[in-house]
Amino acid sequence: MKTLSENLFTEQKTPYPDGKGRYGDFGGRFVPETLFVALEELEQVFRSAREDKEFQKTFQSYARDYIGRPTPLYFAQRLTEYLGGAQIYFKREDLAHTGAHKINNALGQCLLTKRMGKTRVIAETGAGQHGVATASAAALLGLECCIYMGTEDMERQRLNVFRMRLLGAQVVGVDAGSKTLKDAINEALRDWSLNVKNTHYVLGTVHGPHPFPWICREFQKIIGIEARQQILEHAGKLPNLLVACVGGGSNSIGLFYEFLNDKDIEMVGVEAGGKAIAPGMHAARFAGGSFGMLHGAQSYVLQDEFGQIGTTHSISAGLDYASVGPEHAWLYSSGRVKYTYAMDDEALNAFQLCARLEGIIPALESSHAIAYVLKEAPRRPQDHIILVNLSGRGDKDVEHASKFIKLDT
Amino acid sequence: MNRIEERLKTLKQNKEKAFVAYITAGYPSPDYFEPIMLALDKAGVDIVEVGIPFSDPVGDGPVIQDASYHALLNGTTPAKVLEWVANLRKKTNIPILLFTYFNPILVQGISSFLQKSAQIGVDGILCVDLPIEEADNYKTEAEKNHLSTVFLVAPNSSEERIQHIVQKCSGFVYYVSRLGVTGEKDTIAADLSTSVERIKKYTDLPVMVGFGISKPEHASFVASVSDGVIVGSAFVRYLKEHAKNPQWEDGFVRYVKSLVDATKKEKQPE
Repeated sequence: MKTLSENLFTEQKTPYPDGKGRYGDFGGRFVPETLFVALEELEQVFRSAREDKEFQKTFQSYARDYIGRPTPLYFAQRLTEYLGGAQIYFKREDLAHTGAHKINNALGQCLLTKRMGKTRVIAETGAGQHGVATASAAALLGLECCIYMGTEDMERQRLNVFRMRLLGAQVVGVDAGSKTLKDAINEALRDWSLNVKNTHYVLGTVHGPHPFPWICREFQKIIGIEARQQILEHAGKLPNLLVACVGGGSNSIGLFYEFLNDKDIEMVGVEAGGKAIAPGMHAARFAGGSFGMLHGAQSYVLQDEFGQIGTTHSISAGLDYASVGPEHAWLYSSGRVKYTYAMDDEALNAFQLCARLEGIIPALESSHAIAYVLKEAPRRPQDHIILVNLSGRGDKDVEHASKFIKLDT
Repeated sequence: MNRIEERLKTLKQNKEKAFVAYITAGYPSPDYFEPIMLALDKAGVDIVEVGIPFSDPVGDGPVIQDASYHALLNGTTPAKVLEWVANLRKKTNIPILLFTYFNPILVQGISSFLQKSAQIGVDGILCVDLPIEEADNYKTEAEKNHLSTVFLVAPNSSEERIQHIVQKCSGFVYYVSRLGVTGEKDTIAADLSTSVERIKKYTDLPVMVGFGISKPEHASFVASVSDGVIVGSAFVRYLKEHAKNPQWEDGFVRYVKSLVDATKKEKQPE
């Protein structure tokens, strides 16, 4: 695999974000005044860091030696044969250190924290993957770390709570509202507005006020850059279809971004269909949402007619969120990326099938992407290539999944 | 001139400081809206910030979060709040500033929401998560409807930003006396007068100070270095603790009045 470009963070595939942090009609910076100043400082620091060759070198050397990049591209031969259609490749982000793609962004933002001279990081987490990634990067760089997590998610992801504490982070349960990711973000924003002088908020996805969606994309786009080189090496051609699950949307943007200008490559983002596409029972923002603003960015939002944010459900905590990154909203409205959803039971089925056929237990989040592939691959000819982002490993989900899956003894 | 501007003009003529109270509409229940508003009027409050409860109040501390949560459970909607204000207008002319998060007005349509608000007797609007950079259309629509637009200045706002913010304000400027979210604190920033002076360099509008004020001694200190005092969480907490008592109104009026009186005993300099 070739080395990465020296201009990793300055080469842009689209004109977005624009000067106002917009992606078409989406994005922006809708925050109380106290935080506005912090966003301006963050943008300035990121702008200087992305031009700085030393910063890139540091990021890339940690990416290689600490995260274990490049993560492999893997031909899922038995799954391909089982489905009898297109060839299926996995981008193995589950093999990244801490078990998911989240570490790419967490590490990058912790490096920015050091650059700003701040000593403390906070983060929200749903599935616990971003919390574990941030706690790890904070330990690595000697930063104080506090993770906010909904109490319902803490129950669903008990082992990850222990992991974060083991890594030296403080984990604060959030008992407000729906007690999930959205409420953890609210609490992290409140902490940040109080402690903004010494604290950076490591937002875990391509959502939130500008510059967060941009910064997170820049640290995650390495997934697609690697995947492009790897598929050319493996298969001698580019894929026909890219598939990734979409919660906030960081692993999918990470994969898609590098290919956005390859007009012939189709892209599908898979949201959480939950139990049913009815209010409160899913997290498929493009299927059941509308234009709105949550957590600092205009995008598609699950909400009622008065703009109160709706409750959501997904078997996977990492997809259980009422809004979606503004760049996805733009890619949806421009038609460049298609969005669909997989139901809880379809994801559970994919979770088991992947384990049995490939010896890989995918995260329940990534299982949504695989669930779509199970339907799509058989419809396609055998010379088609589907490249799916296996964004995380499923060890964290085993206990939760065991409540829903009955196995023969 | 709307009721907020009229009241501020009168206060200026009388060299009086202003007292602004915040309440969460629909808390503890919708039935309380009118009695609370009339009690605030009786206690001598100059302007009431009527908070439209929002599901995700990121700018608020635990007290107002909890009140918002319960107000929503009680079925409060922005449409109902406007209906209550319309009914209230038959009984009092107390100036009303709507305090809201952006999404509810974005979703209902900025233009039609502001127009409706003005028609039923609202005088101004404060949108806590709408920075001036995103507020061009909102400002234009508010002006069209003669609504005052209040924006926040924070301790970490730069001089350059302060200049831009005060240009977008009408009625008054809201200075947030400390970082963080709404809620009572034991102490008020000692360097408050420097911060207020920093804003007054760039505007003739009154500068009111909020966040953390719950006691008469806070109010008189804040009033001595600014044009007025804003109290929110302390009143919401009072209602939480006492509203079930059948005689809550008398105690509430006395508590509010103790803060109003502490504010009013400070006079504008000659």
